[in-house]
Amino acid sequence: MIWVDTILQGVLLGGLYALFAAGLSLVFGIMRLVNLAHGDLIVFGAYLILVIVSALGLHPVVGALLAAPLMFCLGWVLQKAVLNRTLGDDILPPLLVTFGLSIAIQNGLLEGFSADSQRLSMGALETASVAVGPVSLGVLPLLTFGSAVAVIVALNQVMYRTAIGRAFRATSDDPVTASLMGIRPDRVFATATALAMLVVTVAALYLGTRANFDPAIGPARLIYAFEAVIIGGLGSLWGTLAGGIVIGVAQTVGAAINPEWQILAGHVAFLVVLLLRPRGLFPRGQ
Amino acid sequence: MSLLETRSLTARYGDFQALFGVDIRLEPGETVAIIGANGAGKTTLMRAITGVLRSAPDSILYRGAPIGDLPADAVMKRGIAMVPEGRRLFPSLSVEENLLIGAQHKGGRDFGDALDDLLTETGRDLRRAFFGPHGLPPRRPGLALGDRLRAAALGPHGLPRHDAGPQHTGAGYWSLETVYDLFPILRERRHSPGTALSGGQQQMVAIGRALISNPDVLLCDEISLGLAPVVIRDIYAALPRIKASGASVIVVEQDIGQALAVADRVYCMMEGRVTLTGKPSEIGRADIHAAYFGAAA
Amino acid sequence: MSARYSVTTRTPASTGALIAALALVVLLALAPLYASRGLIQDLFFILTMLTLAQFWNLLAGYGGLVSVGQQAFVGIGAYALYGVVILGGVDPVPAILLGGVAALVLAIPTAFFAFRLQGAYFAIGTWVIAEIARLGVAQWRSVGGGTGTSLPRDALGDMMLVEGIAALFDVRASAARDILAYWLALALAAGTIAGIYALLRTRRGLALAAVRDNTEAARSVGVDAGRMKWLVFLTAAFGTGLAGGLIYLQKARISPDAAFSVTDWTAYVIFIVVIGCIGTIEGPIIGVLVFFLLQSLLADYGSWYLMLLGLIGIAVMLFAPRGLWGLISEKTGLQLFPIRRRLVGGVLTSKEG
Repeated sequence: MIWVDTILQGVLLGGLYALFAAGLSLVFGIMRLVNLAHGDLIVFGAYLILVIVSALGLHPVVGALLAAPLMFCLGWVLQKAVLNRTLGDDILPPLLVTFGLSIAIQNGLLEGFSADSQRLSMGALETASVAVGPVSLGVLPLLTFGSAVAVIVALNQVMYRTAIGRAFRATSDDPVTASLMGIRPDRVFATATALAMLVVTVAALYLGTRANFDPAIGPARLIYAFEAVIIGGLGSLWGTLAGGIVIGVAQTVGAAINPEWQILAGHVAFLVVLLLRPRGLFPRGQ
Repeated sequence: MSLLETRSLTARYGDFQALFGVDIRLEPGETVAIIGANGAGKTTLMRAITGVLRSAPDSILYRGAPIGDLPADAVMKRGIAMVPEGRRLFPSLSVEENLLIGAQHKGGRDFGDALDDLLTETGRDLRRAFFGPHGLPPRRPGLALGDRLRAAALGPHGLPRHDAGPQHTGAGYWSLETVYDLFPILRERRHSPGTALSGGQQQMVAIGRALISNPDVLLCDEISLGLAPVVIRDIYAALPRIKASGASVIVVEQDIGQALAVADRVYCMMEGRVTLTGKPSEIGRADIHAAYFGAAA
Repeated sequence: MSARYSVTTRTPASTGALIAALALVVLLALAPLYASRGLIQDLFFILTMLTLAQFWNLLAGYGGLVSVGQQAFVGIGAYALYGVVILGGVDPVPAILLGGVAALVLAIPTAFFAFRLQGAYFAIGTWVIAEIARLGVAQWRSVGGGTGTSLPRDALGDMMLVEGIAALFDVRASAARDILAYWLALALAAGTIAGIYALLRTRRGLALAAVRDNTEAARSVGVDAGRMKWLVFLTAAFGTGLAGGLIYLQKARISPDAAFSVTDWTAYVIFIVVIGCIGTIEGPIIGVLVFFLLQSLLADYGSWYLMLLGLIGIAVMLFAPRGLWGLISEKTGLQLFPIRRRLVGGVLTSKEG
């Protein structure tokens, strides 16, 4: 029975990783850009919520709602002013620029907030749990998982049911022809990154409420997110959720065997999937 | 005043010059054909007019206004729509979505415009603060996507605002329904991926995608390329209705017979220059042959 | 009439540069005669970072393999050295070689996995493997596990050559160890530059440029892109492992977080290459000097310094993607390590038709 519990906890943890990964997956799917600062942007979001929450004395969820439009605009400006200039056939500029951004954000946060751990407090919700049959599941992990599913449903609706989603897919297919149809690729990309930053805000809320955070933890979140995206198959949002679950389950199972193996087990699961299914579990296209 | 006019239009890809002073014009209601062999510069001319390749502002006039340096989306919004060579449907989109893409970008400002302007103006103010009133020297507009994105992101380095000038409102005859009436097969296949269709059907989607923005000028680049004669006939059969909707048309063709049959006037191009102009009834076979293949042939 | 053509890569500046480089190496080798111990340590830092930068440049600038996981090889090289010294009682100096071999051994499965990934995903894939190596080494109790360990005092004391150097320069053993480490770093850096330069001038080097520019086209003219990638990746891993062993021999203390630090051994290195000029041998040399200068100037500002470094990296990539050396050689046409083949001599005439 303890294994059922472990695996269920892992699935719920996977929801958190899917939230980390969804923005990365969206941006990659649309403009083939891998943002190495993605994890640091999540941490930045958590600090932004923290500042709003402690300045105004609000609940973290309200703080996240206030942070969301700021993050949206940040994403727009970041893409429009910086990242659009790096797009092209050469993969080096986007990698180096986002790597530089990662270092700059980490150290900026370190300077502003010190290396001390912080936490967003959800009050009683943090320890609340519900009994499902013989196992007991935390309310917060359940909320996280629910949010991950909701985010992925919402992103899929945007992608496949709206005009901007059509523009995303058209621009992703062929930016030159898209511009002949009146679409401005630079603006479509800016919108995509802005949207991804909304998802980042949701991820930041759960990052901050579920555990302590400090300026240095971004790169590890990037790696989990990246592993989830690759395991799921590039460009598939549901695949990203599945990938997050694989990492989450591997980590909780690893930790159940030996607490020091938690992170290692996640990475090893990634390598095993890569070995068996190089294109991920749910590759898009042929 | 011509509807569309090029004046001594030149174009180059890096060191290779593709157009040498091309002058063509399109009058309202006209159908003009541009013929020429492979590499004559026909597609380059289309790329220049649509803004995929940027040119000097005054080298392309639309209703008398310079549009040579506008980006493709701005040219399209003015009312010049393109059926690109090779059809270039979006593989991720269904037939209907491909059509709707053409319809969704009409005039008017949105949130993006506002944020964009704010960013552009802030950038300009900062540049002025750091580099004085003249700022950095203007960037050369290039043809790579990265260059164009950069130019768009940098804004007014000597580039005029995209949305200055009259915007085409896009109100008119063409809609999903009228496109489906024009090409009924597309209604049946509306939910298929665009690329699952036959070549002729794909060409119909590409034409419909351009029409649905209700353009004043429709540019068709090699629409008969790679299609069976019977399919070509079907597609050209749509031309009278397209003209009746008020669009003036430029067709680029390698098929001389087809071009002469539909055009009011013909330009023949060779090696980046216009070598022959006239009405189909006025120019003879030998002239075309000479203009097409060179004088020595 | 036979016009005499020859294909050469030599330029007048390069001949001068060769002489100057030899003179510089001699001058640097004699540094212990005139330099303070602090300067020797600074030079050691510059030379080891230069070595790492040259190998990353070989990978990314010439091989098109943008790795963010080179810290794996620094760390494994260093830990292999500590392992054989602590557990096997091997002399630390030859143990550096074992560090290189250990990195080579790790590089084989790493390449096997990472080569399944393209572009940016290759980058993060190598990073994941470095993380696995870090977490794995942290489980290795006999070299200190997660907290790390120091090189045993007697192993350092008995290190070969140290006694002779101490006697020669009349310094204490610890200073003599620094001198030894410095000489090894100088030899490694000079050997690395010479070796990479030699590689790039061979047919293989040409093939490398072809693979970087266009894998498909290179394959179509018979270049085995896969084999070139393996060659470059393994070479870089070996060299990076040697540098890792040497760096931690000099530090005499190690921990997994430090030895596998992505910031210290990859981020800095990338900035050095990018600020200098990627895809040239001169670039990392300029870059490491700028990097050292910045670090010395801004040493008191802590994380502001790193933030600035990140922003400089972004600015260089956006506004001067060819780096400082790119700007210099664009303005002056200077090439100190030319690899481009040029046709010289004779007069080119065109046939009259």
